[in-house]
Amino acid sequence: MNTPGTFNDASDHYLQFKAVQKSYDQVTLVVKDFNLDVSQGEFLTLLGPSGSGKTTVLMMMAGFESVTSGDILLDKHPITRTAPYRRNIGMVFQNYALFPHMSIAENLAYPLKVRKKPKAEIESQVARFLALIELEAFGNRTPGQLSGGQRQRVALARALIFNPSLVLMDEPLGALDKKLREQMQLEILRLHKKLGFTVIYVTHDQTEALTMSDRIAVFNDGVVQQCASPDVLYEQPSNAFVADFIGENNFLPGVVEHVSDDIADIKVSTGEVIRATRVDCGDSGSDKVTVAIRPEKLFILPTDHEYDSAITVKLTDRLYVGDFLRYFFELPDGTEIVVKYLNDHAAPRIAVGDEVQLVFRARDSFAFSPM
Amino acid sequence: MARASYPAYYTFWHILGEYALKLSAWLVLFFLILPILVIIPLSFNAEPFFSFTQGMLQLDPEAYSLRWYQGIVENDNWLLAIKNSFFIGIFATLIATTLGTLAAIGLSSDDMPFKRAIMALLLSPMIVPLIIIAAGMFFFYTKFSLAGSYLGLIIAHAALGVPFVIITVTATLSNFNRSLYYAGLSLGASPIRTFFDVVVPLIRPGVISGAMFAFVTSFDEVVVVLFLAGPGQRTIPRQMFSGLREQINPTILAVATLLILVSVLFLLALELLRRRSEKMRGLDDTTR
Repeated sequence: MNTPGTFNDASDHYLQFKAVQKSYDQVTLVVKDFNLDVSQGEFLTLLGPSGSGKTTVLMMMAGFESVTSGDILLDKHPITRTAPYRRNIGMVFQNYALFPHMSIAENLAYPLKVRKKPKAEIESQVARFLALIELEAFGNRTPGQLSGGQRQRVALARALIFNPSLVLMDEPLGALDKKLREQMQLEILRLHKKLGFTVIYVTHDQTEALTMSDRIAVFNDGVVQQCASPDVLYEQPSNAFVADFIGENNFLPGVVEHVSDDIADIKVSTGEVIRATRVDCGDSGSDKVTVAIRPEKLFILPTDHEYDSAITVKLTDRLYVGDFLRYFFELPDGTEIVVKYLNDHAAPRIAVGDEVQLVFRARDSFAFSPM
Repeated sequence: MARASYPAYYTFWHILGEYALKLSAWLVLFFLILPILVIIPLSFNAEPFFSFTQGMLQLDPEAYSLRWYQGIVENDNWLLAIKNSFFIGIFATLIATTLGTLAAIGLSSDDMPFKRAIMALLLSPMIVPLIIIAAGMFFFYTKFSLAGSYLGLIIAHAALGVPFVIITVTATLSNFNRSLYYAGLSLGASPIRTFFDVVVPLIRPGVISGAMFAFVTSFDEVVVVLFLAGPGQRTIPRQMFSGLREQINPTILAVATLLILVSVLFLLALELLRRRSEKMRGLDDTTR
């Protein structure tokens, strides 16, 4: 669905953040030096734990929060001094924010009415968007008579109907149950594909971010830790926070022994020396590092998979999850390691307490400076 | 009617407690309502007494009459008082509702400084003894030659009504979802347009009930009127007050009965409006 890398280099600077900062109390910065380039038609997600500043960034775009310093440019024009109602930015709120005293059709017509469009045009646009969200028969109902998923579709249509330059979505699916959420994700993607609008999407749900976005900006501590396509984010995290936040990871503490180009030799607590891809760790001997390895990239000897490092561990538990198995190991210093295996005939049969060797490739393990 | 069934663990004392509770509730109701209800038949008394005559108790049609109602219509003082009460009440309500609503909206904003102090100040007419307010107003208004004028009474009654509007509108606003306001802005409506298109319709029930409280406050207020009103601004309560002292006859009871009727109509209107607006919202949880 996503074409990784498409937007990375060839940005047309449709939406630009230049050194944007935000402080509520003039002392602490909630958003620190935020820079980002978004292309027209791109689906960009701001992903981060709560309190990371992602919603603040969205509110600054919408104009509901002022920018402390820096600039936001939309289509080359700075918008920081434009009133929210003149920005022509659509917004989808987590709690839908449909006007409860207006019918669905009136809700959809409202942005067009405010823009003084001719009556005939309003009617045809409303009919078109009702059809687009497959709620043709619901025009006369009030929001209170719709289900959560239907309301969110209306909220989506209302944010799109006036042809906004940009659509902001603030955890729009947060209030829906899992099944409905997945349906709505597809619905949003369908509309995005069909209408080609530019989306800034805020979520703390990484699965949602990974499945929907062209690019994801991982937020923490008011700073973008990494902004990349989902596969790059997962396969080549640029620091320990991203490695930990996106997907599941094992972290082995160690000390740098030797560094050559992008490979680091690291001595772990078992005394063994492993090889890992060097990301942002120090290069002098005795620098502390943490090595991240995904549970599905670790293998238990004997194995057919190629490898260039091995560590000796002890099995503490085995969890049966149905389609796959999870093995829990422990290093002598107490570090826990999880390994994931497909539940097929190749799954190793080992007992709790057994000592085994775990192996992996240097290109699947990443040496970061510790968080 | 099904007999109340008690939980199986109830002892004799539990049941006794239940009956005691019911009895006390009925007693309270009885003492609150009865004095009001008694007035109604007495206002149809054919004799100029404040008590039931023998004929009334025997339901003799001769013992009942509408002469006291006729007395209201034929008495210029009463007619003027009724006119004054509505005139002052309506204008005081308009002012109190507008100012109270705006104050409530301002006070609900997070950016508002000195929120508590301002709120306390605006609500003070409800807490400070009326006689003190009335005396203060009298001395203050005299300086601006507002004493003895309609304008003075309207302003005074508006000040007394504002706290009720603030309380009811604030309560409605606490249910108002701020993102609806943001949604209006994001869809291109100016703050003022959003206010009238989105905020006002949704807080209307609170505004209306606040307005009704403000009107009733003005309508039965007598202390401030005693201080501020000249002979030309006599209101119904003021007229009743002097009627009690000077010419004791059941005209007062007839007026009281009419006032009860007005109050009941008000309450009914309030309830109907509340139901309608609830229906309009479709019992909606998106406003939360």
